[in-house]
Amino acid sequence: MTRHSLTVEQVRARYGDTEILHGLDLDVAMGQITVIVGANACGKSTLLRAMSRLLVPHSGQVVLDGKAIHQTSPRQLARTLGLLPQSPIAPEGIAVADLVSRGRHPHQGLFSRWTRQDEEAVESALLATRTTELAERSIEELSGGQRQRVWIAMALAQQTDILLLDEPTTFLDINHQIEVLDLLTDLNRARGTTIVMVLHDINLAARYADCLVAMAEGQVQVTGHPDQVITQATIRQVFGIDSQIIADPVSGRPIMLPIGRHGRLPDLTAPAPHQRNTETSS
Amino acid sequence: MLATPPFSLAASRRLRMAKRAQVTAALLALLLALLVLTLTLGQSFTPPSDVLRVLLGEDVAGASFAVGQLRLPRGVLAVLSGLSFGMAGAAFQIMLRNPLASPDIIGISSGASAAAVFAIVVLSLKGTAVSLFAIGAGLSVALLVYGLSFRNGVAGTRLILVGIGVSAMLESMVAYVLTQAPEWSLQEALRWLSGSLNGVQLAQAVPLLAALALFGGLLLMRSRDLDLLRLGDDTAAALGVRVSQTRVLVIVAAVGLIATATAVTGPIAFVAFLSGPIAARVVGPRQSLLIPAALVGAVLVLGADYAGQFLLPGRYPVGVITGALGAPYLIYLIVRANRAGGTL
Repeated sequence: MTRHSLTVEQVRARYGDTEILHGLDLDVAMGQITVIVGANACGKSTLLRAMSRLLVPHSGQVVLDGKAIHQTSPRQLARTLGLLPQSPIAPEGIAVADLVSRGRHPHQGLFSRWTRQDEEAVESALLATRTTELAERSIEELSGGQRQRVWIAMALAQQTDILLLDEPTTFLDINHQIEVLDLLTDLNRARGTTIVMVLHDINLAARYADCLVAMAEGQVQVTGHPDQVITQATIRQVFGIDSQIIADPVSGRPIMLPIGRHGRLPDLTAPAPHQRNTETSS
Repeated sequence: MLATPPFSLAASRRLRMAKRAQVTAALLALLLALLVLTLTLGQSFTPPSDVLRVLLGEDVAGASFAVGQLRLPRGVLAVLSGLSFGMAGAAFQIMLRNPLASPDIIGISSGASAAAVFAIVVLSLKGTAVSLFAIGAGLSVALLVYGLSFRNGVAGTRLILVGIGVSAMLESMVAYVLTQAPEWSLQEALRWLSGSLNGVQLAQAVPLLAALALFGGLLLMRSRDLDLLRLGDDTAAALGVRVSQTRVLVIVAAVGLIATATAVTGPIAFVAFLSGPIAARVVGPRQSLLIPAALVGAVLVLGADYAGQFLLPGRYPVGVITGALGAPYLIYLIVRANRAGGTL
């Protein structure tokens, strides 16, 4: 596998008149799983969009292998860097195998025919996501978890060394969330694929991430190993809530227990916080 | 490389490609059969051997006028305009992920029609000048509808509603211009309101052929990118598609086809709207639909024109027949869209 480098340099990006990212820097650790966490509207998705050329920063740049991605052709970029958006659209009646085959697009020329290599990439993507037996089914017949596996299979068929995913576990039941995260970890361990994803659930993020990026207000606040990032101070800084951190008996990683105004034992003597009881985790 | 999966992906792909080729061949055969029918059997029967002799340029008594002057131009123009309407309609529907987003619903056909009527009646233009005028108007209407429905991106439903409004406005403009030309017959008026092949001449095929070669070729070259837009702009972009560029190209090419055809035949009602969904039904929704949709369009126009001339009591222009076919489908789609967002 070729080594890459992906860095975000002083990126400012906006939607309409609102600036979402305020000069953000990030150096993505290659061959690792990086998980981005942060409250709603902190710019997580915007960062992912900027990193995958969907959004042009109005200043700063995203650099892949020494070259700004906005100067790379989209097709070229799509051979190295893949993105699974938050809500991809499945055309009515499309079969799984067909959808997954679309992942080969960046590898095909204008008039080039479907090759043995394309076929193998699709077969192995189906196999890796255990969707081979669904290959002939129509996408709307599938459950949410199966559907998500199919989208991941499409991204796998693209065979990129770097894969970005925007909340790949949203709308999934907990068993399917674990399934998807395990699948991505397998992919990372087996192929060395660099994975960068946005997750909503801090504790799942802490469990699966090699590197955690905590964002707030369009900036990276803290980045590092989950042990270093998941602290009471960081949680307060990023989510504006009090919490307790304990060790996950299963993984040994930190677990964040949010503290609200209600739902406390009577003898818990921690000071009652008066701050906004905004969001914890979903 | 890997253990053999429980079914063969390659075999299933071959099967699908074979089916697609068969359906396309069947559509082509149907189109040819219809063309032979329209050339041989009009108000009188002309033996195929005589038709062939006329086509080869011989002077055949009793056949040269009926075949060479009436049936042949009509058949050829029906096929060419049908191909154009069918392909352009499907391109729009695929690009905007909505069967209602067809050029004849969102005002582009009426724009081209209004421009053509204006050019002919008021400016006394002819031939290619009329086509260019219609293309310009079609593009302006596309731009106008797109601009009016733009608000943090273009939502399909808003674009369709704006388009329906613009379309109604342009159709009343057509009606107004026609009232300013009192010497026009009802037949001519109907051409610009719903489309007709009455009195077309073979020379009018030239701009249509050129448009098909240029704009049709452009669309076919972009058909893979176009197809990926169905997965959403973000997914398409992530797969290496230049989304905005593809969109602009598709709009220009599809409008070029629609406007050129409309300048000759008038806005033949609902052909652009119906061809894509019919093609999707017969080929299956998985494949690029441009070629099958073009063939369906040609079959529709040729078949409806023949039916309007010979199969019904009285004679009707082609647009009246296709309009009668398309309207129920439009109602069905609108009813269904109220329950769930429809896609092609």
